[in-house]
Amino acid sequence: MEQIKTADKKSLIKVRHLTKYYGKRLAVDNISFDIGKGEIVGLLGPNAAGKSTTMRILTGFLMPTKGDTFIADCNMVTDSLAGRKHIGYMPESVPLYTDMTVRDYLDFFARLRGVPRDRARKRVNEVVTLCNLEEYVDTIIGKLSRGYKQRVGLAQAIVHEPEVLILDEPTVGIDPIQVSQTRNLIKELGKEHTILLSTHILPEVTMTCNRVIIIAKGKIVAEDRMENLSAVTKGSRRLRLEVKGPSDQIIRRLQRIDGVRKVSREGNYLIVESPINIDPRGQITETIVKSGWTLLSIESVEMSLEDIFLQLTTKEENPE
Amino acid sequence: MKNISTIAGKELRGYLNSPIAYIIFSVFLVITGWYFGSYLRQINYDDTTIQGFLIVSVPCVLAFAAVITMRSLSEEKKMGTWELLLTSPVSDTEVVLGKFLACFGLLLVLLLLTLFYTLLLFILGGAPDTGPIWASYLGLVMVGSSALAIGIFVSSLTNNQIISVVVSGGILAALWGIGFAVTYVPKGFQQLLSYISYKSNFNTFDIGIIDTRTIVFFLSLTVLFLYLAVRSLETGRWN
Repeated sequence: MEQIKTADKKSLIKVRHLTKYYGKRLAVDNISFDIGKGEIVGLLGPNAAGKSTTMRILTGFLMPTKGDTFIADCNMVTDSLAGRKHIGYMPESVPLYTDMTVRDYLDFFARLRGVPRDRARKRVNEVVTLCNLEEYVDTIIGKLSRGYKQRVGLAQAIVHEPEVLILDEPTVGIDPIQVSQTRNLIKELGKEHTILLSTHILPEVTMTCNRVIIIAKGKIVAEDRMENLSAVTKGSRRLRLEVKGPSDQIIRRLQRIDGVRKVSREGNYLIVESPINIDPRGQITETIVKSGWTLLSIESVEMSLEDIFLQLTTKEENPE
Repeated sequence: MKNISTIAGKELRGYLNSPIAYIIFSVFLVITGWYFGSYLRQINYDDTTIQGFLIVSVPCVLAFAAVITMRSLSEEKKMGTWELLLTSPVSDTEVVLGKFLACFGLLLVLLLLTLFYTLLLFILGGAPDTGPIWASYLGLVMVGSSALAIGIFVSSLTNNQIISVVVSGGILAALWGIGFAVTYVPKGFQQLLSYISYKSNFNTFDIGIIDTRTIVFFLSLTVLFLYLAVRSLETGRWN
């Protein structure tokens, strides 16, 4: 296994062969990735895929079983205290001291993360404005609604102006208007911070991130820039057929056609996948007609990120 | 050091903004005050002494410690806020020391309030022997700090405040209670039990003796359990 002592200069987050066991249960399985300065990266995966565990290790809250993580060149196992200075973190549960006012809470974390007293006071006012919390700055946190609590959690993560923001499911449990406000805020923050956010909501990634890392069962199943993923979407042609005839036989015949990657069943339809540069429609219709079956319809369907995601994450359960 | 005081300050403000500290203070003062007064009445005011207060002071301080520390770490665990605390650039030792200092500050305030009993003796024209009084207060600070350390350690093990207060209360009651058991056990055990008993260790202060052995006993208990609390936080990261 390669040993990496220091991280690459350009990468603010560096993960190498990260593995985490909880007792005997494997939560994160040998993952590696890099996040460069200024990127907004989405960590996408179903529940229990290992997203939160990865983030908890990145922030120094948990120690990995194996592997290394670096934040701004600080090894998070051996030099965790130095690394933590660069991180703003919002855990999934958005933990808050519910008996404190918003101002005291933010001030406490600013001070704890090394912001001098005077600067902290100014900075609290800044983040309160940024997160639209002016009205509630002297309210006890326990009395705020879920959406506002979420904003306090986000304000807490940025109050000390960290280079790296790690946000675990930042839009879970809030109403749709607040979701879109939060996403805009994240995009805004992305101009000055490097952000890693986790989510199991696909549109969130499309809307806020410039790169996505898809993980399932603790493993990275795909990692690409958003443009490329969309290219994958377009790079694969999907056809939906409705054919009258013995479907098993039809599938077997269609699979033999040049350029057909995969044939699968979807309800009463058959889905045929092929590379974008090959158009098998002529051959498909010919084959079907020649075999004496009836082709009722044939149409192109776009492959969405959702499809890619499902394909990548459920591959092991439904081998086709 | 700055981090410790930031955490301790936040904790203290938390205690003072919630009713719990005031309730405990009141109960403490009512019980110790009642004993203080009734002792004087019993001896027909022949002597001016705070002995009545001292009789109940140790179990009261122990109860105070168990209750005041029950939320210190278990509440953070339950609310998830320790995730923020432990990902801030603060060492686990600083977190534990900050929590401890806040509780210790409350203990000092509480003991300062009870100085009223001594003051009262002077006001009423008595001439109490101040030596044993100061020694006893030193003893109470020692007993209190070790009890707080035990409470904080127990609180670091659970996210349930009730479990925390029951377990640390049980441990402290046992450390106090074995002082009474000393006479009922075989000779060989007697010395051992009186070494670790809060009662016998405090009794030396009570009569005005400041014994290095007892100071070392209480200080090492404090350091040991604070260290265990730090280790308990660390272990959580590796689970």
